[in-house]
Amino acid sequence: MLSRVANSIYWINRYIERAENYARFIDVNFHLMFDLPPEISEQWAPLVITMADDKLFKEYFDVPSRDNVLRFMTFDMRNPNSIISNLYNARENARTIRETLSKEMWEHINKSYLRVKEASHHQMDLLALQEFYKEIKMGSQLFFGIVDSTVTRGEGWHFGRAGRFLERADKISRFVDVKYFILLPDTNLVGSPLDILQWSSVLKSASAYNMFRQQYKEITPANIVEFLVLDKLFPRSVLHSLLYAESSLREISGTPSSMRYSNEAEKKLSRLRSEIEFTSVDEVFDKGLHEFIDTFQMKNNEVGEEIFNTFFAIKPI
Amino acid sequence: MAFIFDNYHTEGFFDEMFEVDGKVRPHYEYFKQQIENLPKGELLQRQHAAERTLMQMGITFNVYHNGEGTERIMPFDIVPRMIRADEWARLERGLKQRITALNLFLDDVYNDQKILKDGIVPRELVESCKGYLKPCEGINPPKGVWCHITGTDLIRGDDGTFMVLEDNLRCPSGVSYMLENREISKHSFPEIFERLRVQPVSNYPTQLLQMLQYISNNPSPTVVVLTPGRYNSAYFEHSYLAQQMGVELVENNDLVVHDGYVKMRTTKGFQIVDVIYRRIDDSFLDPNVFNPESLLGIPGIFEVYKKGRVALANAPGTGVADDKVIYAYVPRIIKYYLNEDPIIPNVQTYICGEDNDIQYVLENIDKLVVKEANEAGGYGMLIGPKSTKAQQRLFRMKIKQNPRNYIAQPTISLSRVPSMVENHFEGRHVDLRPYILYGENIEVIPGGLTRVALRKGSLVVNSSQGGGSKDTWVLY
Repeated sequence: MLSRVANSIYWINRYIERAENYARFIDVNFHLMFDLPPEISEQWAPLVITMADDKLFKEYFDVPSRDNVLRFMTFDMRNPNSIISNLYNARENARTIRETLSKEMWEHINKSYLRVKEASHHQMDLLALQEFYKEIKMGSQLFFGIVDSTVTRGEGWHFGRAGRFLERADKISRFVDVKYFILLPDTNLVGSPLDILQWSSVLKSASAYNMFRQQYKEITPANIVEFLVLDKLFPRSVLHSLLYAESSLREISGTPSSMRYSNEAEKKLSRLRSEIEFTSVDEVFDKGLHEFIDTFQMKNNEVGEEIFNTFFAIKPI
Repeated sequence: MAFIFDNYHTEGFFDEMFEVDGKVRPHYEYFKQQIENLPKGELLQRQHAAERTLMQMGITFNVYHNGEGTERIMPFDIVPRMIRADEWARLERGLKQRITALNLFLDDVYNDQKILKDGIVPRELVESCKGYLKPCEGINPPKGVWCHITGTDLIRGDDGTFMVLEDNLRCPSGVSYMLENREISKHSFPEIFERLRVQPVSNYPTQLLQMLQYISNNPSPTVVVLTPGRYNSAYFEHSYLAQQMGVELVENNDLVVHDGYVKMRTTKGFQIVDVIYRRIDDSFLDPNVFNPESLLGIPGIFEVYKKGRVALANAPGTGVADDKVIYAYVPRIIKYYLNEDPIIPNVQTYICGEDNDIQYVLENIDKLVVKEANEAGGYGMLIGPKSTKAQQRLFRMKIKQNPRNYIAQPTISLSRVPSMVENHFEGRHVDLRPYILYGENIEVIPGGLTRVALRKGSLVVNSSQGGGSKDTWVLY
């Protein structure tokens, strides 16, 4: 498979997963907003900070008001991570490799982008906004459903899956991290109903609440971190995402899991996966949740860079 | 009201469907009857359905504006242009004859140059052509084929005779529209289609792939389609053909010359490419040999080609044979190599480089279309009847200064086909571009792209000028 094509497929999947997670992320605050006691005001700044978009945000906006943050994260083409930018990029990538996609994939990407572009011209009330973000999430899930039922399980499919799960691992870790930035009015409130409320919002936005409930009696930070980061079986946990990404890289190179690795990308990813796999939730908190997440994100990015070097950036001699 | 042809007039033009006295031509009779029997509103609905389908399938042109891509469909008219089997058989023979001769011509001018030595075509004329590439001298392309894919534009004038308007031997486009138009017309008129029997075109991608495989010395060659990229207006076609043939669509950055071969960058390293159906111009192919400014090409590819280690379709250098002035010599080229008269005539053409003709052109310039050899896309042209005295003076002067650079032709009214205009039919002018593949044999695809000038009275069929297309039905 052409390196350029593989690269595009990988990125189409990342962009669509990213768009979905931005929509989920905004959802955290919608959940919170309605449950907040009257004396506490809405916080929208944590969203841009957790996504590491705050520097760019400040270039264009004075205050992190709801309107500003929503516009910036959703419809602002100046923000390369906004939902519309992600879908635009997914579509442009898809256009250049249209001949390698299934017809349904292309048509779905095309439609999704046109829908968001159209929506960007309208003012929406809260109800419409919530519906809109739901639609983005569903659109992304439909896309992955289409991929799973129309694409041959070859190299391309695996590059796509690796992209999608590496992106998910990164974004889920940011979901967990958002709690670090959402301020409690008072440190004494750790473990209070308000604290638990905030944690629940994180779970709900990751579509993880019901599955979590089946596994744990208590909503505690430790349980949530264990579920969203270290769980092997939950499809939105960091570890699960890494396992899937790893298995796709091994399929691509044809290296069985009994062998250590056959290229640098595999090496980095397998090492990161085993680090997470052999970490306990206590160790996470000993290190400090935020620091742990920070280190993870850095290493996850390095995996992405190594995939680029190994498969996409083949140089002329 | 249902669509009927009662108020349809040929207005003195040659009409593909009706004779001068308004009688329907026999091969259109069944079609007419069926159309007129459709319930009210049905035909319009089918026309709209066809347009919707084109949009949904994304059969579009790229129009780029402010960094955002928008796509336009090529307007499609549901009424097909039909060609009788006997007429087609003659066209097919004529096109094969023409392509055979043009290929011999190309091979000759880049090698022995007999035709130049014998003075049939003036040497200076050939060597001054933009399409004549000196680096191609002495090249013997694989299997002796230069023009693998040709799109020859045909028109019918007032008396209904098919004539060649021009040959396109570089990267003729439009074949994807031919294929998609057929899909749509099958949906639009399934009953008529079934009954009339139409020669199929859907085999084109397979035939194209077979031809491309044939021109390689490798028994199981790797074939790719080379595109300038998604900003090219024909990008859809490049992508479509690659997809239909099941081969890679590559851009220049995907290819590299390495160890004396052309290779593509894959996730598993470099892979040798044997055949390139290139959809970029000659001058951009290799910055080492041609335009050094070109960022679209692959440095060193020409050297690999010369060694016979990669096949290029079409071969570089074919442009010399579709030059507007060389066109005027094609009947003589056919005579010279094949000792036959052309089966499909050229449009009557005056060669300003010849004494008798130049005199006539200078005296009758107000009635003629004058074309400059090295221009295309409507540039460097004078349309006599629509020109001012000053423009005519300027062209007379230019012709006298460089007579070899000009030809002139009478203005021709293209034939017409009924087309849907709001709620009735009107005649619209058409041309026809059949596609010819030259591999082990010469294959003429039965049909082609019928382009139609959708604006009333217009003779311009180019899609950029509001032209559309129709399906072309070659009957059995």
